[in-house]
Amino acid sequence: MIDVPHTDTRPAHGTTGALVAHGVSIGYDGHRVIEDLDLTLPAGRVTAVVGPNACGKSTLLRGLARLHPLEAGRVTLGDRDVTTMPRKELARSVGVLPQTSVAPDGVRVAELVGRGRYPHQGWFGRHSSDDDAVVRRALEATGVADLADRPVAELSGGQRQRVWVAMVLAQETGVVLLDEPTTFLDVAHQVELLDLLADLNAERGTTVVMVLHELNLAARYADHLVVMSAGRVVAEGPPAEVLDARTVLDAFGLDAQVVPDPVSGTPMVVPVGRHPRGRRHTPFHSVDK
Amino acid sequence: MTTTLPATPSATPATDPVGSLRRRRRRRLALVLGALAVLAVALAGLALTLGAASLTPGRALLAAVGVGDDGDLFIVQRLRLPRLAAALLAGAAFGLAGALFQSTLRNPLASPDILGIATGASVGAVVAMLGLGLTGLAVSAGAFVGAGVIALLIWFFAWRQGLHSIRFVLVGVGFAYLASSVLAWMLASADQRDAASALVWTVGSVADVRGTELGVLGLGLAVLAVVVAAISRWQAPLALGDDHARGLGVPTDAARVGTLLTAVGLVALATSVVGPLAFVALVAPAIARRLVDDGGPALSVSVATGATLVLAADIVAEHAVLGVAAPTGIVTGLVGAPYLLWLLATHEKRTRA
Repeated sequence: MIDVPHTDTRPAHGTTGALVAHGVSIGYDGHRVIEDLDLTLPAGRVTAVVGPNACGKSTLLRGLARLHPLEAGRVTLGDRDVTTMPRKELARSVGVLPQTSVAPDGVRVAELVGRGRYPHQGWFGRHSSDDDAVVRRALEATGVADLADRPVAELSGGQRQRVWVAMVLAQETGVVLLDEPTTFLDVAHQVELLDLLADLNAERGTTVVMVLHELNLAARYADHLVVMSAGRVVAEGPPAEVLDARTVLDAFGLDAQVVPDPVSGTPMVVPVGRHPRGRRHTPFHSVDK
Repeated sequence: MTTTLPATPSATPATDPVGSLRRRRRRRLALVLGALAVLAVALAGLALTLGAASLTPGRALLAAVGVGDDGDLFIVQRLRLPRLAAALLAGAAFGLAGALFQSTLRNPLASPDILGIATGASVGAVVAMLGLGLTGLAVSAGAFVGAGVIALLIWFFAWRQGLHSIRFVLVGVGFAYLASSVLAWMLASADQRDAASALVWTVGSVADVRGTELGVLGLGLAVLAVVVAAISRWQAPLALGDDHARGLGVPTDAARVGTLLTAVGLVALATSVVGPLAFVALVAPAIARRLVDDGGPALSVSVATGATLVLAADIVAEHAVLGVAAPTGIVTGLVGAPYLLWLLATHEKRTRA
């Protein structure tokens, strides 16, 4: 269990504790992708899960969010068992943004974001003015309020991804899980989206767990970094302690230098490769001790 | 939930884009339903007035509420009203069934005609008539069994750790061809006169629906409409795909199974009374979605569109071709397809502009 120091200025989230996987096994058609995995994702913090393709990081996220059934083990959120909780109740505590999202034809931004209110509405429930207020705040928080009236299909990739994030925000959950939220975005929109998630975490104390491909952005935005390889966690902890040349070699089989990020000071992975063109510079700092 | 986003200086309702969008959607829905209702009433007036024994609209309406001479009463209450009611009820059932199939399977081609469920109903009815020598309601029961059997077969072959819509549609298309072949073989090998009466089950007609059948159709539709109202809240999240729907708290497998069972029930019910009316379940929801255009399943508008479409088709079928009273099912496609094409063409222009 990872304790969050109370000196941190971020509000501790009242309703949810850490999301914990206990001996979790997940597979597809008899083939186990993840075997007996234990992992704690600290409450009120940003966790990034990284690892090579097919290492099981997306599968893990899907298992945690109950998008895919567990073959063994269980997942708890605070003192509650996620595995047996009614789905709708879970959807009020854990929001999830899957890897691919396709909006139905004709749906407008505000309507799509409004779908995030589903778990809060009764069986014959209608949208109330409270729901409208939540949707409006989610639109504002993600900077898409002026697009409220536009069909989602007409938006650019970056705008569309922010709209989907807004839908998850409208769910008003203490935990948000995102599966490669930056995949189809250019670098500017990647940074913009990660800033948005960092804001969300800072302002609301939301626990953010995201699967990311981009190691340097993961190291910069995560409080807690989980490195996976072949269905196992090979390293976890603060990025500065976890991400070094050795871990990158172990997990990705990649020869790399790890230097401090000139902007944030967090570890920055610079791959070596076989064809380094141009003049070789010595890194201006070396992490190797 | 206790979590709240940071409060912002609240916008006044007048400048609130979220609420105003929702109100605009509600107005549009009311407008579309109102327009369809006016159209249906006008068509109903036409249906009661037209015919071999031509009545004035005034006399026809009076007869419909029980005022007039015996001849008028017989023509309107015994001949024209049941046909009118059958057209409206069957159209409503097909429209609703198609909307449920298409939204749940997330495929605009996933209608019971294409999936072979309607053809299965025809096979069931023809087996009951030609094979078992049954008549009346027993034939309708046969249609119901036929639709159910095809639905179960599709299910059995399409289910792999959950319901995948593409596989469901492809398996359904396969069974549609199989059922059509069985039907063609049975009609080809049957006695000429039997085959002629069985032909109704391959085309569909609202012309000769008796009182008891009408009662069954009305009652069944009422019951299933209540079920649909209860499960309709699943449809909007399901339209986002399984992962999003699960993330929002929808039990997706149960939701799809429940929705499809209800839709199969609607198809079986309507087909067992009027036969398979081609194209209605496919085209009515497509028209309805274009009219509403909010990314939702447009269930209520599909009901209204289906009812109006079948009524219009039946008027054309009965009166447009002099001397030949064509079965309704031959005309439904002729009436529905051009309208859908026109809607698609104009919609395309609007989004490009």
